[in-house]
Amino acid sequence: MTEVLTYKDNKLDFEDMFRKSEKTNGHVASFLRSFREEAAGSFIKSGLPGQNTTKYKYLDLDGLFSREYYYRFQQEIVHFDINHVFKCDIPNMNTKMQILLNGFYYGGQDSLVELQGGVKCGSMLQAAREMPDIFEKYYSKAVGKANDGLVDMNTALWRDGYFIYVPKNGSPGESLQVVNLVLSERNLFLQPRNMIILEEGAELNLVVCDHALSRKLSLSNSVSEIFVGANAKFDYTVLQNDHNSASQINYNFIDQGRDSRVEGNIISLHGGLIRNNHIVKLSGRGAENYLGGLNLTDGDQYIDNYVFVDHAVPDCYSEQFFKGVLDDKARGVFNGRILVQQDAQKTQAYQKNNNILLTDHARMNSNPQLEIYADDVKCTHGATVGQIDEEAMFYLRSRGIPENEARMMMMYGFAEEIIKKIKIDSLRERIEDFIARRLRGEMTRCENCSLLDR
Amino acid sequence: MLIIKDLHAEIDGKEILKGINLELKAGEVHAIMGPNGSGKSTLASVISGRDLVKVTKGKVIYKGNNLLDMSPEARSHAGIFLGFQYPIEIPGVSIINFMKTALNEHRKARGEDAISPSDFLKLMREKKALVEIDSSLVNRSVNEGFSGGEKKRNEIFQMAMLEPELAILDETDSGLDIDALRTVANGVNKLKTPKNATIVITHYQRLLDYIIPDRVHVLYKGRIVKSSGRELAMELEEKGYDWIKKELAND
Ligand SMILES: Nc1ncnc2c1ncn2[C@@H]1O[C@H](COP(=O)(O)OP(=O)(O)OP(=O)(O)O)[C@@H](O)[C@H]1O
Ligand SMILES: [Mg+2]
Repeated sequence: MTEVLTYKDNKLDFEDMFRKSEKTNGHVASFLRSFREEAAGSFIKSGLPGQNTTKYKYLDLDGLFSREYYYRFQQEIVHFDINHVFKCDIPNMNTKMQILLNGFYYGGQDSLVELQGGVKCGSMLQAAREMPDIFEKYYSKAVGKANDGLVDMNTALWRDGYFIYVPKNGSPGESLQVVNLVLSERNLFLQPRNMIILEEGAELNLVVCDHALSRKLSLSNSVSEIFVGANAKFDYTVLQNDHNSASQINYNFIDQGRDSRVEGNIISLHGGLIRNNHIVKLSGRGAENYLGGLNLTDGDQYIDNYVFVDHAVPDCYSEQFFKGVLDDKARGVFNGRILVQQDAQKTQAYQKNNNILLTDHARMNSNPQLEIYADDVKCTHGATVGQIDEEAMFYLRSRGIPENEARMMMMYGFAEEIIKKIKIDSLRERIEDFIARRLRGEMTRCENCSLLDR
Repeated sequence: MLIIKDLHAEIDGKEILKGINLELKAGEVHAIMGPNGSGKSTLASVISGRDLVKVTKGKVIYKGNNLLDMSPEARSHAGIFLGFQYPIEIPGVSIINFMKTALNEHRKARGEDAISPSDFLKLMREKKALVEIDSSLVNRSVNEGFSGGEKKRNEIFQMAMLEPELAILDETDSGLDIDALRTVANGVNKLKTPKNATIVITHYQRLLDYIIPDRVHVLYKGRIVKSSGRELAMELEEKGYDWIKKELAND
């Protein structure tokens, strides 16, 4: 089933889409229905977030949605084996790989895969059927009242996504990898809904690769809920490497329990339009959250990171460190907000956003904000937008390093501060290699990924 | 080796160097002294090719070539080295990577192949020992979080790695403790050959006890107002600059 997402009279025709979607949604777990209806109701009231909101000030969502996209209610039958044409070739990366093709779990929606340590992973839809108790316990809890039309739209319309469950004190023993592929002959609208659950004391390393390879337009509005229980450790690296014709809006809602630790690095190497929303709630004492981000943009690309960290309880630590290199006419946005609630004493929160503009036409809007209602806290924030440091340039050149090479070295060094945090060695090395080639203006997609680009 | 003739230079339209004349032969060490803000570092910038400083008049000839036509990297390849008064921090670039790149660019300019990893490590070890630089420093980002003295030692380490023909050391002695001063001076002396030359910019006669200058110049308000043998340094240490200023006023 494929429907056209229509935009008329200056408005997305959501109601029509929702009606059609509901007609075919009967088989999905029944408890989801009330969530869908409620979300649809909110969306109908609010519509898409407008540019009059701080959150979406720089992004014209109406412009984005007014193009013609097709939305699929079901997994498309593909006539080739993805595993034959796509193989992630990062050497020695021992990961269990799962693929989402156009937002649907590829390779068996009929049962979840069981890994070492009682870990389960697979299709979101299947998880709702197969593990209803767990699913129901967590579903939509991190999102809560999102007050965001895009999140409501996802809740109302999602059809699949990936699901990972790590039981108490469990660990899969190796990293998991999720590859989000977009590959289509038509303009596509995607709405994956993902859920990652780490119960108390669980551990998980996850690598997420976003590869929109399609030359056709694509627009993805994905929502992930990530629950990290008490003492659990979650480490994730997101590698975004999309075709210029791809637009993606991601919401990561992270909810952390007592003494849990989350470390994430979001590396955006390429993409037409990328908007990442990182929404973190530290709801257990002693929780720690580190979030690093690096984006390299050129041409007409647009990269926008929105961060909201809610320090709801005392003794938590959060740090966000985002860096951007913008070339040509690229535009970037960083919008960071740390909220320290009244009871959240002894909070430590640090936010930093540094950017290099390589041309006069590149634009960066950076807006870090602190909102503090507790009195015993350590918080800093800051942003810089600058050019390549001329003194450093001269220093390198005075040692015999030509201008181009010197610029490369400095940008690479700039990026390295984020990259060095990535713990999987082979992945870090691959990303370093990407970045070196990216900065040299050479092709950057994984060779094997590019096989699909036909 | 180096001939500077009637050099005038400005920064942001303000004339800083107002007719410098200086000649340096291979094998010589010249010291440049002078009050703060007199233009010593500006002169060093002109020689090493910093485009912030605009040359408005005069010539700088290095080994028979017009130095002012050359890019900073070409000057480096031709054997010029500046030890910075304020070494720059370069986040994320390790000293090892920095030096390997610099060295290979020098080799490329001479038409040589890149150095093998094992030869490079050997060379690093040798030069580290020469300037007694801490091994842990070279794995760190260039100058980032280095102490004042460590930054200066790092300058001499880079000089040792690149083996320049003309080294300009801009206040390499300031910020060094007494032992470090001796080590750094020894390093400079060990690198000295009859073929290379050194310009030492300093405020203190003490460095010149270790690095013996052939000539001492006083730079004042953008001009070299006095040149003499090493005894001039001692006289300055003792009496300061006032007597020179007075002499000039009387002229
Ligand atoms: N980047 C700059 N912009 C503007 N003026 C500058 C700049 N660099 C140097 N100057 C000016 O040029 C003059 C000479 O400075 P220079 O650094 O050459 O002095 P110096 O002799 O090395 O002094 P010191 O002994 O303090 O190192 C000073 O008046 C200084 O303010
Ligand atoms: Mg100076």
